[in-house]
Amino acid sequence: MTKIFLLSYPKENSSQPVICQLVKHYDVEFNILKAEILPQRDGYLILEMKGLKENINSALEYLRSLGVKAERIAGRVHRDEKKCFQCGACTGICPVGALHIQQPEMTVVFEPEKCTACGLCVTGCPVRAMAVSFDPATEESCVMA
Amino acid sequence: MSEQKQGKTFQVNKTYAEINARIRAGEAVVVTADEMVDIVRQEGPVEAARRVDVVTTGTFSVMCSSGMFFNFGQTNPTIKGQKVWVNKVSAYAGLAAVDAYIGVTEPSENDPLNQVYPGEFRYGGGHVIEDLVAGKKVLLEVKAYPTDCYANTKMHKEVTLADLPYALLCNPRNGYQNYNCAVNLSDRIVYTYMGTLKPNCRNANYCSAGQLSPLLNDPLYRTIGIGTRIFLGGGVGYVTFQGTQHNPAAPRGDNGVPIRPAGTMMVQGDLKKMSPEWLRGVSLQGYGCSLAVGLGVPIPILNEEMAQFTGISDEEIFTHVVDYGYDYTNGVARTYGKVSYAQLRSGEIEVAGKKVPTAPLSSLTGARKIAETLKSWIQQGKFHLGEPVDYFPTADFSFDKPEPQE
Repeated sequence: MTKIFLLSYPKENSSQPVICQLVKHYDVEFNILKAEILPQRDGYLILEMKGLKENINSALEYLRSLGVKAERIAGRVHRDEKKCFQCGACTGICPVGALHIQQPEMTVVFEPEKCTACGLCVTGCPVRAMAVSFDPATEESCVMA
Repeated sequence: MSEQKQGKTFQVNKTYAEINARIRAGEAVVVTADEMVDIVRQEGPVEAARRVDVVTTGTFSVMCSSGMFFNFGQTNPTIKGQKVWVNKVSAYAGLAAVDAYIGVTEPSENDPLNQVYPGEFRYGGGHVIEDLVAGKKVLLEVKAYPTDCYANTKMHKEVTLADLPYALLCNPRNGYQNYNCAVNLSDRIVYTYMGTLKPNCRNANYCSAGQLSPLLNDPLYRTIGIGTRIFLGGGVGYVTFQGTQHNPAAPRGDNGVPIRPAGTMMVQGDLKKMSPEWLRGVSLQGYGCSLAVGLGVPIPILNEEMAQFTGISDEEIFTHVVDYGYDYTNGVARTYGKVSYAQLRSGEIEVAGKKVPTAPLSSLTGARKIAETLKSWIQQGKFHLGEPVDYFPTADFSFDKPEPQE
């Protein structure tokens, strides 16, 4: 399976090589979508992981043991359904098709699972219905069911 | 411009009075413009005209050239407002003592605009209108010079829509009959009123409800005229004149439908009876503020010609692909091809031999909901048709003798 995670680094670990271990020990392929990690600072990384479910879960456990918080990015991206008036402007902006038009109804669908949290839709939405937050204060559970 | 055609004989002939009598009696047959496409296909225009009395249309999209006339009431001592702001958005006050007009594209006074490119344009006149309709308090600020009859020079107070003695949504140009499909052939991203356009023609945006759109269902303005009663912003409004830039001379297809931006409507209605669901302040990145307006027009099926017009489908409505990377800004009249709304809705069109993904800017689910709402209002006898007291400038057209294309 392929899932996208938000990893939050405590500043103590931000200079350690961590991600390479995912391939070496857990047989998880990864794709770094976005990262802001500086020495001696809290940092975050948006990581796409591809592999067997149990391998990904072991990898997540390993990350947690280092104090790295891992959570599904889907929980960090939100569409305010009351604000969204289904115009479709976002569907031309979203680079991964997480926001797309469903035929033939022409409804604007948001699939958080596909979202990479690039944030283009946030300012691209005419009524600002999309929100992406990397604030660690609102951490959510990350264990794969 | 030419006069509306007189004296043409039809097999079906209904009057506004007859249709309104049927609405009052609860007998009127009302369908949406979506439903009418199938009815005309199956039964032909004459049978469809016999059976159907009214076709409802709808559109819900960003409509610049919208705004609100309002009166904010007198102070003691009295004031002759010269400069007016609502939530820091400037309104035009050169009307009368306490009358003003706020336009939807006016950004708030301290907006950085495009100085930080692309600007966000978070709040403007459209947002003021949405906030008022939603019942929120807004800050009203007035500056004035004193006169013998109006001595006050300042006013500063929070008001709600209910506090305003008068609020009229008055949109000088709404419901554009067809609009360009926008692409960007330059090598840099552009932020336009047609949305964000990626360089080298990597996306195409379009903005029309197509077969549901009001003026595309009455392409020659045979029934939409001065006095037409409409759905406006969730309430009842009226078409009061042709809109600014109304251009009946735009090129048309064999079915009479323009293939370029053509007709427009000026509409107005009592803001106090409208709903924030259908009036939404919008921020178009890098471009500015505006208002999304929900608009629906009922089309009386007076004869088989109106049935034929309302039966026109997305496959038969075309628009041109226009470059917003260079051409539009520099007044270059160039087209990159003609596409139908059916093609646009499919999610992909071909521009200069290249496949380009499309995105709508006009809410089709909203348009459908408006057409359905208007239909139920008429079915319940709550809404009657307004017969125009005068008509828009139009063009010569007949299904019998099609005009040559451009």
